Amino acid sequence: MRYSGFRVIKEALTGHKGWQPAWRDPTPQAGYDFVIVGGGGHGLATAYYLAKEFGKARIAVLEKGYIGGGNVGRNTTIIRSNYLLDGNEPFYEFSMKLWEGLEQDFNYNAMVSQRGVLNLCHTDAQRDAFTRRGNAMRLNGVDAELLDREGVRKIAPFLNFDNARFPIKGGLLQPRGGTVRHDAVAWGYARGADQRGVDIIQNCEVTGMRIENGRIKGLETTRGFIGAAKVGVAVAGSSSRVMAHAGMRLPIESHVLQAFVSEGLKPVLPGVITYGAGHFYVSQSDKGGLVFGGDIDGYNSYAQRGGLAVVEDVCEGGMSLMPMIGRARLLRIWGGIMDMSMDGSPIIDRTHVEGLYFNGGWCYGGFKATPASGWSFAHLLATDTPHPTARAYRFDRFQKGLMIDEKGMGAQPNLH
Amino acid sequence: MIINHPLLGPRDAQEFTYLGDANLIDRPDWQADGAGQAFYEYLYLRDNPAGLHRELWYHEQGDRSWLVVTRNISTHEITKVELARDVARAKGRGK
Amino acid sequence: MSQQNRIEGGQIDRSRSLSFSFDGIRYQGHPGDTLASALLANGVRLMGRGFKYHRPRGPISAGSEEPNAIVELRGGARREPNTRATVAELHDGLEAASQNRWPSLKFDALAINDRLSPFFAAGFYYKTFMWPKAFWEKLYEPMIRRAAGLGSLSMEPDPDAYDKGFLHCDVLIIGAGPAGLAAALTAGRAGARVILADEDFRMGGRLNAETHAIGDQAGADWAAAAVAELAAMPNLRLMHRTTVLGAYDHGIYSALERVADHLAEPPAGKPRQILWRIYSRRAILCAGATERPIAFENNDRPGIMMAGAVRSYVNRWAAAPGKRIAIFTNNDDGLRTEADLRARGIEVAAVIDSRKGEMVTDSSGRLGLTGITVRGADGQSRTIPCEALAVSGGWNPNLQLTCHQRNRPVWNDALQAFVPESLPSGLSVAGAAGGVFSTHGALTTGTGAAVAALADLGVTATPATLPRAEDAPYAIKPLWYVPHTKGRAWVDQQNDVTVKDIKLAKQENFTSVEHLKRYTTLGMATDQGKTSNVTGLAVMAELTGKSIPETGTTIYRPPYTPVPIAAYAGRSAGKDFRPTRLTPSHTWAAEQGAVFVEVGMWLRAQWFPRKGETHWRHSVDREVLTTRAAVGICDVTTLGKVDVQGTDAAEFLNRIYANPFAKLPVGRVRYGLMLREDGIAMDDGTAARLAEDHFVVTTTTANAVGVYRHMEFCRQCLWPDMDVQLISTTEAWAQFSVAGPKARDLLQKIVDQDISNEAFPYMACAGITVCGGLRARLFRISFSGELAYEIAVPTRYGDGLIRRMSALAEDMGGCVYGTEALGVMRIEKGHVAGNELNGTTTALNLGMAGMVSKKKDAIGSTLSEREGLNQPDALNVVGLRPVNPAEALAAGSHLINRDAEANAANDQGYLTSVCHSPHVGSSIALAFLKNGANRKGETLRAVNPLKDTEVLVEVVSPHFVDPEGERLRG
Repeated sequence: MRYSGFRVIKEALTGHKGWQPAWRDPTPQAGYDFVIVGGGGHGLATAYYLAKEFGKARIAVLEKGYIGGGNVGRNTTIIRSNYLLDGNEPFYEFSMKLWEGLEQDFNYNAMVSQRGVLNLCHTDAQRDAFTRRGNAMRLNGVDAELLDREGVRKIAPFLNFDNARFPIKGGLLQPRGGTVRHDAVAWGYARGADQRGVDIIQNCEVTGMRIENGRIKGLETTRGFIGAAKVGVAVAGSSSRVMAHAGMRLPIESHVLQAFVSEGLKPVLPGVITYGAGHFYVSQSDKGGLVFGGDIDGYNSYAQRGGLAVVEDVCEGGMSLMPMIGRARLLRIWGGIMDMSMDGSPIIDRTHVEGLYFNGGWCYGGFKATPASGWSFAHLLATDTPHPTARAYRFDRFQKGLMIDEKGMGAQPNLH
Repeated sequence: MIINHPLLGPRDAQEFTYLGDANLIDRPDWQADGAGQAFYEYLYLRDNPAGLHRELWYHEQGDRSWLVVTRNISTHEITKVELARDVARAKGRGK
Repeated sequence: MSQQNRIEGGQIDRSRSLSFSFDGIRYQGHPGDTLASALLANGVRLMGRGFKYHRPRGPISAGSEEPNAIVELRGGARREPNTRATVAELHDGLEAASQNRWPSLKFDALAINDRLSPFFAAGFYYKTFMWPKAFWEKLYEPMIRRAAGLGSLSMEPDPDAYDKGFLHCDVLIIGAGPAGLAAALTAGRAGARVILADEDFRMGGRLNAETHAIGDQAGADWAAAAVAELAAMPNLRLMHRTTVLGAYDHGIYSALERVADHLAEPPAGKPRQILWRIYSRRAILCAGATERPIAFENNDRPGIMMAGAVRSYVNRWAAAPGKRIAIFTNNDDGLRTEADLRARGIEVAAVIDSRKGEMVTDSSGRLGLTGITVRGADGQSRTIPCEALAVSGGWNPNLQLTCHQRNRPVWNDALQAFVPESLPSGLSVAGAAGGVFSTHGALTTGTGAAVAALADLGVTATPATLPRAEDAPYAIKPLWYVPHTKGRAWVDQQNDVTVKDIKLAKQENFTSVEHLKRYTTLGMATDQGKTSNVTGLAVMAELTGKSIPETGTTIYRPPYTPVPIAAYAGRSAGKDFRPTRLTPSHTWAAEQGAVFVEVGMWLRAQWFPRKGETHWRHSVDREVLTTRAAVGICDVTTLGKVDVQGTDAAEFLNRIYANPFAKLPVGRVRYGLMLREDGIAMDDGTAARLAEDHFVVTTTTANAVGVYRHMEFCRQCLWPDMDVQLISTTEAWAQFSVAGPKARDLLQKIVDQDISNEAFPYMACAGITVCGGLRARLFRISFSGELAYEIAVPTRYGDGLIRRMSALAEDMGGCVYGTEALGVMRIEKGHVAGNELNGTTTALNLGMAGMVSKKKDAIGSTLSEREGLNQPDALNVVGLRPVNPAEALAAGSHLINRDAEANAANDQGYLTSVCHSPHVGSSIALAFLKNGANRKGETLRAVNPLKDTEVLVEVVSPHFVDPEGERLRG
């Protein structure tokens, strides 16, 4: 079934009787050519592109709970491709280009809204670093603008220009950055994959991997053994737990990141704004809520809940940057588990087990990567070669000293 | 969270700075065979278990002790707090 | 007509009248009223509009769960959007306005959406607005955003103050209804340190709203007496207007006290609100329960409210929601309403008990309820005129805090509700929050919970003899929505989610509870789902033919009710966002008119403008040239200083620095490069050996904290038996750089010892005295390339020293310089700093590969040998100057070969530090360039696409000044 304005009107006039399930709930088959572990954004996108772009069939997605319940369902919805390093920037720009055509491609309105991402700077050194990054973006053919203080004021006159502990000196703007209705991304990919024959199997937890002679044979699950010629694991947040079934230790820690939504307010924020002197970034949803976040809690956790200290820290940042939000009320806070990697960048690679592939380590930047991650992972699964934009995301980069460390924090995951 | 400091008693975790897995105490011997691989595994690979985790916390806003905290990272329950120095000595580290 | 619906009785102070306004119309109320109760007393039912369909709405509750009656309270910079009228305490002069309607509440143009509702079914927007592609940002989204949101921000900074506080107690009791009061009496009488917090301004909970007696007293009177007894206990803290928001690990709770929200504005010197962090040994949740609606067609009209809310308004506030009220219930509790209404002389239009097969199937009224349609057990429908309808679909325990650590509640069939089962450590539950709905049960479980909590703490408490109280059984037969409804029956009133939307979600396979919520927005309103989640779940369960527990559970996160962002920030806003650290010379520098700059938490003098200098460059160039020609002084106190002592101190430094330190003689300083364990440069600085077993290490300003932490890690965790002690002395010593050819002459005027080149050569250090015996330290080190020293005195003498030295410098033709000149001189000398030590650069990149000793174990040395860090085209630091000296360079420009296209594939490196060099007479730069060490003399392009500029540059040595180092040794 194709979605369109016409269809919406037709259904409205006929009592909405014609809407079909967005995806089926199939019974798992005995075996598949490709099994994707993880029904989050990345896993669903991988299945979608495997079927659509690489012409593969006999594909299943296994999800422990409900699809889209991981980080794709609990993030601050930002998309951007404003990276510095060669290993990252082409990949995130590939993702941005996919975002730009996504809704038409999968026939689902995910509300890709390119209202701009503005990073504020507060010192000369920060402006120098932004200049370097903005120029790296431009050399990669990506849009970037360096704004001075007045340029920032024009976009966001409500910021604290007069009473700031750390004055705003300017900002780096990516006009094509923006936000996307996060849940819709999971649903759009799921629906698109389902329509192309992918079996999406919810409430199916992987409990073991059957590996014979160094080759993957299939997965033990709570719904029985499922055979697989190739298995792609995309379970960021739980990567260490799942890959332990293959005897792997990963360069990854699990950390909790909180995100925040205020009560609905009449829209005032133009796009995404990030504070450069505190941990705070914010946008406003199409429903009116301020959607904001800050730093990770900073300690290993699988608990999906954060502490009070970070809530206070984030709101301090918010009040320092835009003191007019003081009387707006914080409505909901949630915590998600991040795969924090050792250099802040992800891994999309083969493993030592033949037929077993890994996608993870997204830190808190996984949402914006969803389309490119899915495409690249599908590319790797289908062709056994890395996608050109994802070549640097290898496991062995730490052994070889080829880290992709945007923030320069080294092997300390909680600082990335 | 509250960390029961062995010298100072219960303290809000906010007074501390977190480093990570207590295995970071086990710095390899630079002269041993395969030191490069050993240092790589030491610095980069993690068990990251969804259960008990021995981890390093630094009392930055307090007495500057490094502590080894045993904590269930699925529930945040803390079962043991030791001075990292004692742990390091018990692991055979000296000068 | 004034307060036409005000009836007799109630807990309001009729001796005083309060004047207030809603949408510009003035009304009267009394102390003890809420905005909602006062409006109802004045016959106003219409208080808001729904989010999507803009239908007229009135309050359905009398508490913080209210989804409909939300208003903009106060005006000007104090405007508070989305404030629940049901908990806004009335004060004289209160101003409120309805929101999200245009042009007026009574006539709202967007109510047209209601007529178009078939087109606005759940999730319709996911299926359309996709063509043409460009229309999303230009047309569709702006249209949606115009309609988005509820209230509006004032756009002015919040003028009020917010505080944070910390409390400790044995037992925290959350909620002061019958269970909480009983628990508090028991624990308080036993002498425990108790905190009793309640969100209401009047403690007592449902006792204030019901007519039940306790012993021979009215419930409200018993509550008042209990509160009076508790207030007299020195070991017990009563916290009115205090909502416990969150249950965190290890007995920590957050709570918001609304100190001044019941006043027009906070009294001078008082905060508006206080965010408390409560450290409890035990906590008891006595938060009561929330009544839930029954969904039927048009169940959202003003006048339709919860039965318990009707009793609250009638009994507590003496405000009748209508002159003629009908009752619709599926449980015994709802039936109480009838007697209460009759006792107050209010006409009861009908009592519809769904357990008898009768249902309310529809309602009528344009801006408020005028009647209901009832289908009898016989299947016959009749209409009943009424102004209000009291609905009870049963009660949901307020178990939110039990879920904050991800414990999940269980379904209780008898209560038809979720009740707590597993609990966070240290928390117990009593009363209705635990599913015990009778007053007797509340008193009993409250007392029992207190006894048990104290027993855990080793305190024996004697349970008080409990007074006689109502102990009616709670009989309920589930009815979530009225079957065979053709029209819309609301489940989430604020977000306009109806039973039809849930059906559509089911039809499209959004059957998981989380999918249901996210697809329909059910439970995402400002009531956080308190009035809708369980009902929505139950409707989905019925539709799918599963049981409620099979369908899912609800889970809650902090905060319990929405909290102003300013309250979480407290005082850390505006200029007070972070502490400001001042250098010892700050006062003096301010007197000189210095321009200051934020450097981390520090404020440092950036330059010292003099008369006639109209541009910062004038000042900075002068400071640089004066220093290089004569002498300059700069406060460098902000550099980190770590005192290292012990017999193993030298060996310790030998391991934390990449370069050797073991054999550094006493009285000498050495530059040190510190690596992280991954082989990347962490910091640079100096170590001065003052004695065999005593060093002073300096770090960069930015890394002072991190380096000290790292050193402690090495000391305690890696080499625990080394005899070495560390202490940060950054703030103990005021330190000044004295640089320039006349530096020695200047210092010799204050230093008591001989500091001639022979006695105190380059890289010497010593403990000295100044000004005739004052303890000081002197280091002959240079960051500028000049003959230079750093002199340190105890911080309290820093101000005196700068005054003395600046006067001497002035006499000698010298000056004081700020961080800008400092930066210029270090770039001219080719010293790397923060811009080069960016966390990704190695010793090789920094031109210091030779410093990394292979003969010893040092942090980072092993992993620095990895192939990726030692590639032939690795970046090296170089100097750059523009081929045309008139052209200015920009930091952050990238380097491209002269004839290559400017793109990422051809990127050769980037400019890290740039300044105008008065010494060279042009712009100069430090840069990282691929294989730069071997490319001196090459011409490249420094491209800056952000500014659409490029400059031809020549690769030169990074040492623009005195490359041989003759000056600093002179």
